[in-house]
Amino acid sequence: MAESELALLQERFDCLTERESADHLAVNCPAAKLVEFCTALRDNFGYDMLVDVTAVDWDAQSPRFTGIYHFLSLSKHEYLRVAVDCADDINPTLPSLCDLYAAANWHERETYDLMGIRYEGHPDLRRILMWDAYPYHPLRKDFPLAGIETPLPAADVAAQTGASVLPAPMMGGPFVSSGDGPMSQTEPRARDESWTEKKEKPTD
Amino acid sequence: MNQQTVAYDSKVEGEVIVTQADAVINWIRKHSVWPMPMGLACCAIELMAAGGSRFDMSRFGMEVMRFSPRQADCMIVAGTVTYKMAEVVRRIYEQMAEPKWVVAMGACASTGGMYRSYATLQGVDRIVPVDVYVSGCPPRPEALLDAMIKLQDKIGRESAFKNLTARKASGAAPAPEMAGAGKVS
Repeated sequence: MAESELALLQERFDCLTERESADHLAVNCPAAKLVEFCTALRDNFGYDMLVDVTAVDWDAQSPRFTGIYHFLSLSKHEYLRVAVDCADDINPTLPSLCDLYAAANWHERETYDLMGIRYEGHPDLRRILMWDAYPYHPLRKDFPLAGIETPLPAADVAAQTGASVLPAPMMGGPFVSSGDGPMSQTEPRARDESWTEKKEKPTD
Repeated sequence: MNQQTVAYDSKVEGEVIVTQADAVINWIRKHSVWPMPMGLACCAIELMAAGGSRFDMSRFGMEVMRFSPRQADCMIVAGTVTYKMAEVVRRIYEQMAEPKWVVAMGACASTGGMYRSYATLQGVDRIVPVDVYVSGCPPRPEALLDAMIKLQDKIGRESAFKNLTARKASGAAPAPEMAGAGKVS
């Protein structure tokens, strides 16, 4: 099924290449062809639902950012993953799919908020989770999980309470579950509890 | 029997009861706590359970949940406070009339809990003065009831008038109570 589907897609869009995938069919698509390809996916290939829009930060590699789209065909019960590399590593941009799928609106806002990818043609590209004035994109690889000190969103509350956005104490964290096993043994806990913010992390 | 007791003797006093202003004011305050459910996450579900008929907060005189801060005097912060929400929590606290108390319900409201991350306020006591902390993730309704009873005890011990000016001066409440860490005698 998946192979013939790929052949059908490639027959019409020769720019597509197959992408390594552990589950569903996945293809790479150049950003310039994305809107045309997704229009065909929706109108001709039956992928009528956009399930997820997200992105990957490959850190030091170039291209650094890859936009990921998950499509679902409600008639064929098939998923399709589309990956699109962003040409620019500093100011990554991708074309918006808002005109094709209403679901793209909030997903693209979230990806913009957390990854900093600008979706061109988006009707309302504001942050959706962090507040508007937040200066960082927290899911980027160069952003520490604990956070970076910034002022609180409300200046008057900050002045009254003296509070600000501070890095969270990691205390040997991040707190992760060890995976398989009974729940009593797989509660999330710090992997390396030998260090805290006050006691240096041991280097070996 | 040399201990002095304040008792009502209808023959002597008619319909007059002698007491202290503090005792009366605190007695009224502690038995009509009107909580403001600041429900932000899963703790709010346990808060609702505590208000429901099975656990029944009204047995202790605190069932009048008011969703308007103007009508409430105890904010129960139930759930994870993000930095984006912190502003709202503080503003709602400001809108409540004095005297007012704050209960930090659960690990997240008390310390940030398991959310050691860039987005989560590490304890609501950074922005509002907390009177009672409740441990648990989320706490059982009984734990919240225990906290509210502890809050009642605390209200009962307060100096009704001095407290007002003290709060204004320092902007912070006196030392908090720890629910669940009861005195063992």
